[in-house]
Amino acid sequence: MTTMARRIAGTGSFYSAVVLLVLFAAFPFYWMLITTFKQDGDLYNLQSIPYWFNESPTMEHIDYLFTDTLFLRWLGNSALIGVCVVAITLVVSLPAGYSLARMPGRAAENLGIGIFLTYLVPPTLLFLPLSRVISLLGLQDSLWSLVLVYPTFTIPFCTWLLMGFFKSVPREIDEAAIVDGCTMVGAFVKTILPLSLPAILTVIIFAFTLTMQEFVYALTFISSSDQKPITLGVATDLVRGDVYYWGELMGAALISSIPVAIAYNLFLDRFISGITGGAVKG
Amino acid sequence: MTAIAEGTRPVPRRSRFVLDRPEFMGPLFIAPAILYVVLLVALPFFLAIYYSVSAYTIFNPSYHFVGLKNLKEVLESDIFRHTLGNTFFFTIVSQIFGLLLGKVGAMLLIQDFPGRGIARALVVLPWAVPVSLAVLAWKWMFDSLYSVINWTLMAVGLMDPMNPAQWLGTTDLAMTAVITVHAWRLFPFGVVIFLAGLTSVPKDVLDAATIDGAGFWRRNYVIIMPIILPIITIALIFGTVFTFTDLSVVYLLTNGGPVNSTQVLGSLGFQVGVLSGDVSHGAVICLFLFPFLLLATIILLKVLRRREI
Repeated sequence: MTTMARRIAGTGSFYSAVVLLVLFAAFPFYWMLITTFKQDGDLYNLQSIPYWFNESPTMEHIDYLFTDTLFLRWLGNSALIGVCVVAITLVVSLPAGYSLARMPGRAAENLGIGIFLTYLVPPTLLFLPLSRVISLLGLQDSLWSLVLVYPTFTIPFCTWLLMGFFKSVPREIDEAAIVDGCTMVGAFVKTILPLSLPAILTVIIFAFTLTMQEFVYALTFISSSDQKPITLGVATDLVRGDVYYWGELMGAALISSIPVAIAYNLFLDRFISGITGGAVKG
Repeated sequence: MTAIAEGTRPVPRRSRFVLDRPEFMGPLFIAPAILYVVLLVALPFFLAIYYSVSAYTIFNPSYHFVGLKNLKEVLESDIFRHTLGNTFFFTIVSQIFGLLLGKVGAMLLIQDFPGRGIARALVVLPWAVPVSLAVLAWKWMFDSLYSVINWTLMAVGLMDPMNPAQWLGTTDLAMTAVITVHAWRLFPFGVVIFLAGLTSVPKDVLDAATIDGAGFWRRNYVIIMPIILPIITIALIFGTVFTFTDLSVVYLLTNGGPVNSTQVLGSLGFQVGVLSGDVSHGAVICLFLFPFLLLATIILLKVLRRREI
């Protein structure tokens, strides 16, 4: 074999490996996409090749989703929950992360790691007692229960992310502001926060996507259709009786996945450096 | 000395508002975060322990203390023991596949080729998209009648059209399906973690080793692996915790069936504790997750500490 031929063979197998990998990862999403726009007669037909349209595409399932289901309401619920959780997370995590970054000594580090570790506590461990707490508070079957509970996993992760960021801001900046007569709060608000906008943006995106992805607490706390967030509503309410309406289901899954997928891809590197605790130096 | 120090400050230290002192502000800044975690994570956790030793059900909410009776009953149940075995099996097998695919994926995506950005974005999708929605797509792909997987296998002649596979209806296949979905969801995380690790390996070290005659495998095991090991450990712990404590994949895909063959601790705890309303037994089942979480935490702490030194 000549070098040329070997190189072509090598490139060929390299690209086929990449294609296989991408197919495995992305095929379910392609399947969502094509199911959404297929006519029912085309969907439930074993004779034709299922990978593409055999009849003309239709908007029928999407129309149904928006006019005859609570889909828009669920999207709205998720957005409302997301915004409230992001607000709570920012209010709690910003000062906590700053304080951990500036506190001297080993104690601050241990405290930081301690808070981060609560991110590892899974909903599966806590959904039973929390559902009792929620009903004691009179929040059962209300989306506000999720607003209350979701910060338990967004705060630890975001505090950790912010702590790492604040550590990279030179101490001299806030010290100079304090010497100039700022209060500590003033120094934080006037000098540190403006420098932290990229980190704050990351926290907003992550707190929001983490709430969008949650399922277990929503499943446990909420049973009224009009209070459900999008993940729960689509997974439980679009199935009528035992019948799955795949066109609508896939359409709903697709529409709600797109924004989260885009946000995740844009902020992926920050997420990874957060999870590995800045272990990766580029 | 103090006179000089005070002289440089516009306001004398003593007259400052108490809230400006770092020794007060530090703790005050961090108090809300700690309060949140204590009230809504630590407290419910102890409540769960309390439920596990009482006779609490939704229909009869009594805190009557029954000691280890619940634990004994759970341990004696066949379904529980089967479930515990399943949980380990699912976690270990899907971790192995997830990590292997993650390593392979990272080695492919670290190369520079046209379309690499798009390939990476597509590969990350399974990890990014809300799991409950992604599982629905798999449920449709595993459909008993219109499964696209079966259609493909029949088209290439690997499956008998008279006898299509019932992915979610037979025990072994349901297990395969759950593991596939878990591995599918986890491997992109593996890919990005390995990618982050691989790019942190200094290139000059690798070049030097190549010149000194180290081959592909040797470079891989002697240089790359030790450098990226801490990151891989962190990824492995997160992946294990997410799979081990999963409830949504099993709940939506098989609901533990057929005949409890895919039941895991999370889904069993949900069935017993929420659907049947037997909170105390449900709490016992879920608390079985705790020792393993603790172990994972200890390993994670070791890795984090060692890195900082």
